Amino acid sequence: MSFSVTEPRRGTKWLAGILVVGYAIITMVPLLWIIATGFKSPTDSIAYPPVVVFDPTLEGYVNLFTDRTRATPQMLEEAGPPETWYDAIAQERGTVITGPSRYGERFLNSVIIGFGSTALCMILGTAAAYAFSRFRVPLKDDLLFFILSTRMMPPIAVAIPIFLMFRNLGLSDTHLGMILLYTAVNLSLSVWLLKGFIDEIPVEYEEAALIDGYTRFQAFYKVVLPQAATGIASTAIFCLIFAWNEYAFAVLLTSGNAQTAPPFIPTIIGTSGKDWPAVAAGATIFLIPVMVFTILLRKHLLRGITFGAVRK
Amino acid sequence: MAEVTLQGISKSFGATTALDDVTMTIPDGSFVVLLGPTGAGKTTTLRMVSGLDKPDRGRITIGGRDVTGLTPAQRDVAMVFQQYSLYPHLTVRQNLEFPLKSPILRTPQAEIDRKVGEVAEILQISHKLDNKATALSGGEMQRVSIGRALVRDPAVYLMDEPLSSLDAKLRSDLRIELKGIQANSGATLLYVTHDQIEAMTMATHVGVLDRGRLVQFGTPREIYQNPVSIYAASRLGQPRINILPADLFGSAPPGATHIGLRPEQIAQGEGQESVVQRVERLGDQTRLHLTFKAHDLITVTDAHTALKAGDIVRISPREPFYFAADGARVA
Repeated sequence: MSFSVTEPRRGTKWLAGILVVGYAIITMVPLLWIIATGFKSPTDSIAYPPVVVFDPTLEGYVNLFTDRTRATPQMLEEAGPPETWYDAIAQERGTVITGPSRYGERFLNSVIIGFGSTALCMILGTAAAYAFSRFRVPLKDDLLFFILSTRMMPPIAVAIPIFLMFRNLGLSDTHLGMILLYTAVNLSLSVWLLKGFIDEIPVEYEEAALIDGYTRFQAFYKVVLPQAATGIASTAIFCLIFAWNEYAFAVLLTSGNAQTAPPFIPTIIGTSGKDWPAVAAGATIFLIPVMVFTILLRKHLLRGITFGAVRK
Repeated sequence: MAEVTLQGISKSFGATTALDDVTMTIPDGSFVVLLGPTGAGKTTTLRMVSGLDKPDRGRITIGGRDVTGLTPAQRDVAMVFQQYSLYPHLTVRQNLEFPLKSPILRTPQAEIDRKVGEVAEILQISHKLDNKATALSGGEMQRVSIGRALVRDPAVYLMDEPLSSLDAKLRSDLRIELKGIQANSGATLLYVTHDQIEAMTMATHVGVLDRGRLVQFGTPREIYQNPVSIYAASRLGQPRINILPADLFGSAPPGATHIGLRPEQIAQGEGQESVVQRVERLGDQTRLHLTFKAHDLITVTDAHTALKAGDIVRISPREPFYFAADGARVA
């Protein structure tokens, strides 16, 4: 292992800095635009040229979380002064809040299905990857290729058979069905990624643990898992992002009960005109869990791979 | 503490035969050193006893119990790995505690602290106990790895070149320390090394391995003074034994093709003439590189000798070894 210890030249550093900042801006702008749109009024949101400085309003968020009905001035008068700030916002637009929207439920569905399938995928993936990495599995190479081959077409290509299977098995529009589906799609990725990480961990550590009086499973749990944490964390992020953002299967297989947020968000637009701020608000809130998850696991992603305690 | 026996152990990895019908009895409380070049089967023998590899044929017993089919944990062995194998995610202290906290031992914390402290003291790593295992030098890692075995009180200790990456001073300290620990505790110890000084100073028994076969087993003295073959004779002795054509000094016993002469088997001052090529002064001894009838040989002489290159020395063999063409001892 050798590292260059010379400082890069001043010009090189500047160039690198400009490239990084430039790239960051390009990737951040759409994100910032969505977040900003969530706080705009409907007029500002579709203004041309686009407005950058605007009066922020929570109207988008109120519209996202509530169902409203259009009210006549007479009805408004009868209702009396607004009781809460969100009633006030709704009344300003000549509407009355009739109850909460379904966004909360859909969001919760996304959390259950996304994190559920990620957890299942990590458990199965780590176990399978460990077996492929350490044990003599008959037809190992063929099996690994077969597992990978499930990723050689877009998953949606098998939408019809899956749709029929789900209907026959009663899995349509259930949380369990979606968790199983996303796990099945992600498992090949997680097995391959995790096998790579586990292959990197020298087998001598487990041998030492076996000698030290531990069983194979305890050695796996106490010695391999902590060292594979980096790999497991990054694989989990990939799996979560796929399951979280998946749209096509969610549209096809879920409706009333287990619908996730992605197919729900576009439907907000139809309820009362082109309500872009509400859509943007929905998207903004939808971003938060993945961001938090990634930030929590960031220390594992950035931590250097442990090396050096086994002499090569 | 226990006697260990290997009975007819064979092991192949693919087409290579790592061990070929090895039978050996390691007496209770003995310090057995396995000698041989890389690939002779020393490490494989350790792994057989530890249970990390299973033999293709043969039986292994520890303390009279057949352990051939048992897992390493069930065999109650401690092992020092050549590659250290310290747990990189743990501190030095946690590494040393690890075997004591195993589900088999479940040692009380006070006992753990006492043992870890004791071993750390012996191995001179007390000041490093709270370091990460990866934040150590090679020599320190090796000591922690020895310590991880010493905290336990197993049926047998297995050590695979445990002193190889230490500096000379620490190595000789630990040689004495290890020998002392083994002698005091009465532990059975199976030890692999390339270093014949370790073999000579620590071993009660030496096993010489050659391409997977055990060619000789006995005390270091026996193997030094009564080797069964050129190969076994070459394992011990510094400078190495001189192997020359059998009839170089005159008549040889029937069947002998080579004569083997250790430095002390070459008498100086009488016999036939040889020419001094080089004089190596090592301080406590002086080595003479001689040419005798166009053959090079090395012997040892008085530390303060006045000989110099080009001088003539008369030499003759004294109780030499004779070997047949296949290397086996004939006389």
